[in-house]
Amino acid sequence: MALWPKAIIIGLLAGPVVTGLVGTLVPAFGYLPALGSTEVSIAPFRAAFNAPGMLTSIGLSLGTGLAATALSLLIVILFTAGWLGAQIFSRISRFLAPLLAIPHAATAFALAFLIAPSGFLMRLFSPWATGFERPPDVLILNDPYGIAMTAGLVLKEVPFLFLMMLAALPQSRVLELTKVVTNLGYGRIKGFLCVVVPQIYPQIRLPIFAVLAYSTSVVDVAMILGPTTPPPLAPRILGWLFDPEPAIRFQASAAAILQIGVTGAAILVWVAGETVCKTLAEPMYRSGNRGPKDGLQRWLAVSFMTGSMIAVVGGFAVLGVWSFSDGWWFPELFPSAFGLDHWQSALKDNNGTILTTAVIAMVSAVPSLLLVVWLLEAHTRENAKPGPLLRGILFIPLLVPQVCFLFGLHVALVYLGLDGTWFAVALAHAVFVLPYVFLALTDPWDHLDPRFGRIAASLGASTQRIFWRIRLPLLLQPLLVALAIGLAVSVAQYLPTIVIGAGRVTTITTESLALASGGNRPALAVYALLQLVLPLFSFAVALMLPALVFRNRSAMRPASSF
Amino acid sequence: MRTHRFRTSLAAILFSLTGSLASSAAVAEGWSDTTLEEAKGQKVYFYAWGGEPRINAYIDWAAQEVEKRYGVSVEHVKVSETGAVVTQIIGEKTAGREDGGSVDLVWINGENFNTLKSQGLLAAPGWAQSLPNWTHVDVNGKPTVLSDFTVPTDGQEAPWGMAQLVFMYDTRVLAEPPRSLQAIKDLVKRQPGRFTYPQPPNFHGTTFLKQALINLIENPEKLSSPVDEATFDQDVAPLFAFLDELHPNLWRKGAVFPNNAAQMRLLLADGELDIAFTFNPSDASSAIANKELPNTIRTFVFEDGTLGNTHFVAIPFNSSAKQGAMVLANFLLSPEAQARKQDPAHWGDPTVLDVAGLEAADRAAFDKLDLGIATLSPAELGNTLPEPHPSWVTAIEKAWETRYGNS
Repeated sequence: MALWPKAIIIGLLAGPVVTGLVGTLVPAFGYLPALGSTEVSIAPFRAAFNAPGMLTSIGLSLGTGLAATALSLLIVILFTAGWLGAQIFSRISRFLAPLLAIPHAATAFALAFLIAPSGFLMRLFSPWATGFERPPDVLILNDPYGIAMTAGLVLKEVPFLFLMMLAALPQSRVLELTKVVTNLGYGRIKGFLCVVVPQIYPQIRLPIFAVLAYSTSVVDVAMILGPTTPPPLAPRILGWLFDPEPAIRFQASAAAILQIGVTGAAILVWVAGETVCKTLAEPMYRSGNRGPKDGLQRWLAVSFMTGSMIAVVGGFAVLGVWSFSDGWWFPELFPSAFGLDHWQSALKDNNGTILTTAVIAMVSAVPSLLLVVWLLEAHTRENAKPGPLLRGILFIPLLVPQVCFLFGLHVALVYLGLDGTWFAVALAHAVFVLPYVFLALTDPWDHLDPRFGRIAASLGASTQRIFWRIRLPLLLQPLLVALAIGLAVSVAQYLPTIVIGAGRVTTITTESLALASGGNRPALAVYALLQLVLPLFSFAVALMLPALVFRNRSAMRPASSF
Repeated sequence: MRTHRFRTSLAAILFSLTGSLASSAAVAEGWSDTTLEEAKGQKVYFYAWGGEPRINAYIDWAAQEVEKRYGVSVEHVKVSETGAVVTQIIGEKTAGREDGGSVDLVWINGENFNTLKSQGLLAAPGWAQSLPNWTHVDVNGKPTVLSDFTVPTDGQEAPWGMAQLVFMYDTRVLAEPPRSLQAIKDLVKRQPGRFTYPQPPNFHGTTFLKQALINLIENPEKLSSPVDEATFDQDVAPLFAFLDELHPNLWRKGAVFPNNAAQMRLLLADGELDIAFTFNPSDASSAIANKELPNTIRTFVFEDGTLGNTHFVAIPFNSSAKQGAMVLANFLLSPEAQARKQDPAHWGDPTVLDVAGLEAADRAAFDKLDLGIATLSPAELGNTLPEPHPSWVTAIEKAWETRYGNS
């Protein structure tokens, strides 16, 4: 019975990825008849390798990706270790889910508006403290080492890894374990590292790989915050694909294949790093040193966590001021005049963009949710859980860099006459939405107490009735949260939208990146904020609707799970 | 599938072979008495750079007018780099899509036009001259309407607007602007960190390189013909000697460059730069009116003149709404649309029409335009220098990347 949903999900995910990879692989070896090239050769790879600064580009992709992943994981582990069970922990966890909903590009804009030499922080201290009447000529954004880009990635990956961590915690009886080790005299962090991390790590390993794959091949954040002389590999590939010189296309395809290698290499480095960490940790376990004095680490972790949240919230507040500004020159702390023009133009004259974004998000997220529910329910009825193979397949779209298969997929869709339609875009979005919906729903589903179903069955309820009247209502909030995450993932998609949409399908995210190439900050701020609105709105619904529906069922009112 | 592909590839090769001959051989498929009739009800996807809300609003206006007057609906597809559109058209060719293409009209010039034209990816020649409003075009006064970066347009693209390289400076920090390349270098040496240019291969970045090359090359005549591989390094040696000297004093010491002219203008607005440049002489005035620049910005050109060219709209070979696209192109050439475009309140892009030759009413629409406080008069704009052959663009972009793309 679970065969059907499984087959559909596998087809939906693997189909586009495999087709796309083939479509990229063929021109990478020099075969593209439209350009009159039918000879198979490795010349495109040679051309890609010989491009100036190619090694630097590869190094940047590897370095920023590994650094962002390691840093994010470190912050998440230290924070969880140091503060699990504390009030601030549950407060921050409630705050992080909406943070996860913010698209990468919007976060990057928020950070840029904050820390640029002409940004808000500099205005806050100029000229009274710094003496700057004009922005100083210092390199903060787009620095050649990718520090700003890494920071932008960390801001977004911390909430993701943190939520994955939260999902994994209940399965390991962490609270009991930490109590035991604390009673043995261990400091919170040392105890957590020795007892909990070895249990939890295998469960969050795939999400970590997904973060690694994403960070080593990210395009939008790199375009906003990353270095440019040369840029990391992925934005460079995009640049080549847009080069008017047709021969560069072969080189671009070869580089896209190379990107898979780079991401694969990053994962290998990570796996090697795991072994090193394990070996280094061995003496730590045995030393008997209980590390009771970990106050500094704990405070570092919590300040990183709150600091990054303040940065994001502060950045969006600055975006908000910009969106209403009508002339705001350095070093003025506030705009000299305000206006509604840009909001008006976005909400009235171009409301089609908002509508398209919402429709595509719904069309990709709702069927994804239905498929996942179908799959999970089928498993439940068979008394089984999704196996590791299925989990692995669900992660494929998150592990294969987007830039590697989307262009090949576009060619395939042109053959089918489907490119440039919003339906094709929604389909492409579903490839990325479905895994996240699955990740969001599978744990709450598995943790639903099976005794509810058994009691209902013993009272004579049919399997259908148990599903509709017991399981779905009990899972209302996780279902809505999964839907909200799906919607958020769809809204955030940049590359699939411009490539599969053939530029014809405009969403809030593509519009904001188009405006980023212009010189109008207020207009950009409006669209960066709009990127926030739809996901936050759906999260708000996910939090409030269950409270409303179950207002007279005190035990079913949502706990503070999100 | 297989035979289909084979046929496609064969056709593609034949097509690209004949593409270059097409100008003389093909029969013009231009404007006819039935064009307006056939265009009615068509949907035209107009691919045009979308980074400037002002320009987007102008296109939106044109779209509404064309819909109202001719029943042609126009959808502005906002692109961030025109090269992406070229890629897309090539992609459709790859996939064998000979009609029903995504792009019906594209805003284009120079290298991108040259690629599409030489690959045979444009609609048959001659349609541009067949447009009813072609009669107003200033063919004699503005020869670049027929020769796009020295490449003959052969009526495969219709002129839309004129461009000339114009520098903007902030009067709060510069009393007297540097009116030559040498003066810029001296200024940057005195006040380092306050000048830069967009990173090639961005259009405006390459434009700055071309302007410098024209000023510095020993034999400027070489620029009107294709690059000579044998002497290229020697020809561009003065350019790179100049840049080597300039770069340590650039904004961020040349480690980072703005992505494009709009971002460079933003840096000028922020006070990060003393000077920025644009290809639109009234850009500064429009930006001041829109509060995108402070009102202390003024413009200047080099004493020996600056680069000038024309930008166009072109119809790809596989457009499914060719008549509709021609109707739109014709409307964009009308005195009414061109006068509105030249108005800095709307866009401020100079016209391609011969204003003196227009009928009195149309001429009046141009005469009453207030070009804005920071716009130079046509006399002050001085000489325009012709664009080099497009092959120079690719060559100097590559040479630039090799030298500075990996700092």
